[in-house]
Amino acid sequence: MGSVTATVASPTGANVTRWFRTFSAIVASGFRRYATYRQATMAGAATNSVFGLLRYYIFLAAAGATGRVAGYDRAQLATFVWVGQGLLAVVLIWGWTELADRIRTGEVAADLLRPVHPVTSYLATDLGRAGFASLARLLPPVLIGLLFFDVYLPRRPATLPLFALSVLLAVVVCFGCRYLVNATAYWLQDVRGPLILWTLSSGVLAGLYFPLGFLPGWLEALLRYGTPFPSVLQIPLDVLVERDPAPMQLGLVGVQVGWAVALLVLCRLVQRRAERRLVVQGG
Amino acid sequence: MAEHLAAYRALLGAQARSQAAYRTSFVVDLVGNVGATVFDVVTVLVLFGVTRELGGFTLRETLVIVGLSSFAFATADLLVGNIERLPRYVRTGLFDAVLVRPLAALPQLLLMDLPLRKVSRAVFGLAVLVVAVGSAGIDWTPARAALVVVAPLAGVVFFGAVFVTTATVSFYWIDSGELANSVTYGGRDFTSYPVTVYGGWFRTLFAYGMGFAFVSYHPALALLGRADPLGLPAWVGWAAPGVAVLAAAVAGLAWRVGIRHYRSTGS
Repeated sequence: MGSVTATVASPTGANVTRWFRTFSAIVASGFRRYATYRQATMAGAATNSVFGLLRYYIFLAAAGATGRVAGYDRAQLATFVWVGQGLLAVVLIWGWTELADRIRTGEVAADLLRPVHPVTSYLATDLGRAGFASLARLLPPVLIGLLFFDVYLPRRPATLPLFALSVLLAVVVCFGCRYLVNATAYWLQDVRGPLILWTLSSGVLAGLYFPLGFLPGWLEALLRYGTPFPSVLQIPLDVLVERDPAPMQLGLVGVQVGWAVALLVLCRLVQRRAERRLVVQGG
Repeated sequence: MAEHLAAYRALLGAQARSQAAYRTSFVVDLVGNVGATVFDVVTVLVLFGVTRELGGFTLRETLVIVGLSSFAFATADLLVGNIERLPRYVRTGLFDAVLVRPLAALPQLLLMDLPLRKVSRAVFGLAVLVVAVGSAGIDWTPARAALVVVAPLAGVVFFGAVFVTTATVSFYWIDSGELANSVTYGGRDFTSYPVTVYGGWFRTLFAYGMGFAFVSYHPALALLGRADPLGLPAWVGWAAPGVAVLAAAVAGLAWRVGIRHYRSTGS
């Protein structure tokens, strides 16, 4: 029989349909779980609005009298800020320590006994969470932008579907990063260091504090191709505001696909290494 | 009184020892905390990379505002910021334990978990302030020399009052979560830029409704000897510390009313 960890090859006879059904069941339960935190959702939406206003005025001031900066006009900056505030909660850039907590307490042992690979099941839960967040957290700031500000609406018919795909990929990329940061708990007793590093670098390098176009061109390119951060926020937002011509838009989503695949593969590798050395105390 | 002080000192000493016990974690925290404030300053520098002025202010002038804001926020966060945890204490019932002890609730809460790791941030904020004030070409007078000392301290009191006031919301609404952050951290971001940057009701609400304009913007104008582009008279910059006293009074009132309203969650 061999060992019973989830990373051992699945028994023969498992087919794609069954895998897909399990995956969507986990997605749905993730959606329901996060839909129960209603008050926190409301408070979060209010907070996003305050920070949206702050960033909107600051970026607009950077655009100055000409109203153009780094390839964005005022309306594009408005869309960038308001959709960005909502996207922040959809990709859940901060505050996810569930895996690290479960590793520390040993509860992760239960995850390893399930017949679904932990990376797969956590990803499915996260997609369900993101689905709920895109209704409850993305819509309010987008509505505020539409109602009260002069926002940029995409002009190319392909942009909206491409944006939807780009957001999905951003969730996967962000999940991959968070999983890796959390997985350091297998080796370190205290994950605060990696967590702080991620929190600091993600905010500034993903394009939240300022659009990365404000940086010198070579630095922006280095970040975009050399790190996963811009794939988390900056790329979906650039796709939506059509900052680049259509072929480049497509290329940006291609960069995200690359990062998503690379990170998921890395997550599985790390998980396999970790299971070799995991010792759960007690019993 | 003396025995109370001894009790508080014991609480603080226990905190310091327990935090220093995990040395690597403590160093990581020190570095991580300073990082957040460094990035705030970097953001300002990046913005000035694409524009020569922000809301009519040059980089040197804006840095005085940034320095006042980051020193005031970081120091208040170090001393009082822990009150952010009040919602958790209320939810878990720990707050009941605090109330039955023969010491005042507020100082206990603050000392129970004084985050010494945040010292690095306050020191960095002070460094930014010193460099900014030194390079802004201020025309020094005795009054300005007094203001450059009083204004940052008043800012600390003001942000401290904001932390306490927003935390009292959790006496009424336990799951308010991030809402307090929108005023505390939102206030920090707001005070990092000249208020001329903002517009409409948002500026009126944050700058004058909540009083954030008096933390860094008006004192900076007085230090730099600039007239307010928004038309307020010059003496406002000198009166700014008075707003901090007012804010502290409001916070004290909100805290007492909140405690009286508090009913244990029963957990």
